[in-house]
Amino acid sequence: MQLLVIGPGCAKCKTLAQFTEQAVKELGVNAEINKVTDLSQIMALGVMMTPALAVNGTVKVVGKVPSVAEIKSLLQRAAA
Amino acid sequence: MNGSALTARYGTLTRELKVFAWMAGVFVWAYFLPLSSPKVIAAIQEAFKLLQWYARNHTLACVVPALFIAGAVMTFLSQASVMRYLGPQANKPLAYGVASVSGGILAVCSCSVLPVFAGIYRLGAGLGPASAFLYSGPAINILAIFLTARVLGFEIGFWRAVGAVAFAFLVGLLMTLIFRGEEGERVAAQAVLPEPEAHKRPLWKTSVFFACLVGFLVFSDWYNPGDAMVRLAGGGQFAAVTLQETHDEVMFQLKEDWAGHRSGAKLTLAKRDLASVEEAKTWVIAIHRVKWWLAGAMGLAVLGMTWRWMDRAEVGQWMHHTWDFAKLLVPLLFGGVWVVGFVGALIPEAYVASLVGDSSLESNLVASVIGAFWYFATLTEIPICEALGKLGMAPGPMLALLLAGPAVSLPNMLVLRSVMGTKKTLVFSGLVIAMATITGLVYGALR
Repeated sequence: MQLLVIGPGCAKCKTLAQFTEQAVKELGVNAEINKVTDLSQIMALGVMMTPALAVNGTVKVVGKVPSVAEIKSLLQRAAA
Repeated sequence: MNGSALTARYGTLTRELKVFAWMAGVFVWAYFLPLSSPKVIAAIQEAFKLLQWYARNHTLACVVPALFIAGAVMTFLSQASVMRYLGPQANKPLAYGVASVSGGILAVCSCSVLPVFAGIYRLGAGLGPASAFLYSGPAINILAIFLTARVLGFEIGFWRAVGAVAFAFLVGLLMTLIFRGEEGERVAAQAVLPEPEAHKRPLWKTSVFFACLVGFLVFSDWYNPGDAMVRLAGGGQFAAVTLQETHDEVMFQLKEDWAGHRSGAKLTLAKRDLASVEEAKTWVIAIHRVKWWLAGAMGLAVLGMTWRWMDRAEVGQWMHHTWDFAKLLVPLLFGGVWVVGFVGALIPEAYVASLVGDSSLESNLVASVIGAFWYFATLTEIPICEALGKLGMAPGPMLALLLAGPAVSLPNMLVLRSVMGTKKTLVFSGLVIAMATITGLVYGALR
């Protein structure tokens, strides 16, 4: 699974990255987490508000930090 | 190595370089500081005095409640619903209006200003609304407005908010007019808008909740203008305004000629030399006397509503956001205040007064240009203006500096350039400087 944590590096983006790592670890799924910090790349993904989270190339969460539980259910749905 | 990894690595590198530059700067400062110079000793003292003044007067009653409000804005107001009005299908005239005021909700954190700006420009409603947002956003976030009103006076805080919104609208329109026919290349990507969340509670509940939160801040932070009649232990009395109170000293500004000092002169007296300081009787001061009762009532109302209307997860999120803001802003603000006190004491008063001491076009222009290029860490524009005010900066140029300051800076112009190109960035910066100058002129003339 390809995960992108999207945001220029503010506090909320860091929290999202940390939550995502935690969710991946707790689920034990095989996932690669990358960070997108460059503004033009953020735009290219269609994200208007950061932080955002993309799963396998599709942006799933925009403009907020979801809870670990929410991220887990997102990942489970994507894996299914 | 592909391009994205390269940019990511470059990004981390610049961040680490910034940290290194800070360390190197502090090192050089500590290494070379001439500690035997009386001027430097006075400056260090002044820095701690200003810090104590902030700690005693602006922290518990202003900054802390404002952080809770900012956290509540993030948690209980839907940013998503605002973004709908700025998306690609937005109604254009409406988008200008929404963009001019939305900073209050969207720009609670200054680090979100640039991504949202780029988003509105490249994916959403376009250049005009994006420029409007960029201009007003940093000036009308809740923390900035309250701290400005508290520290620099209600009037200038009010005009900062109103000026930012009104001129944001104009800057947006002008940008569209100047660059009509060449809307920037839009990103082909489909904008992903946040899903609108189901309303958890009726609008009136949210409104009452925020009214009480803001009410708490307004009363807890009720401004005492400080008009007082001062009696000295050794006999004698004078009418004055209390300017600054530290643990054992009070600074007054005379309202009448007294003992060889002219009216308007500033006087620092030790508390043990004062027999009494009797406050003048006005309604503002009357409210000030009962402010803790009023604030307490508002605080209880907020607690009650939180208990009855909010679920635990939301309250947890609210506290989380509040703590995030605190971690981000408090070190900046306190560090900034100390530096401002230190540097302010070393700058000759006459120099500041000669540059920005009146309401002339020149003073306002100087203030706007300095504000536009200089980088202000979030909220530190306020202590800087306070220090400059003490050194003789006139209110007009101060407003100009507050309006041009946070909207653009040299580092942020470089990012803007990468988003919308050199020409548009130059025009935008020019418009910001012109607008800030005009607002400062008008404000200075009206006073």
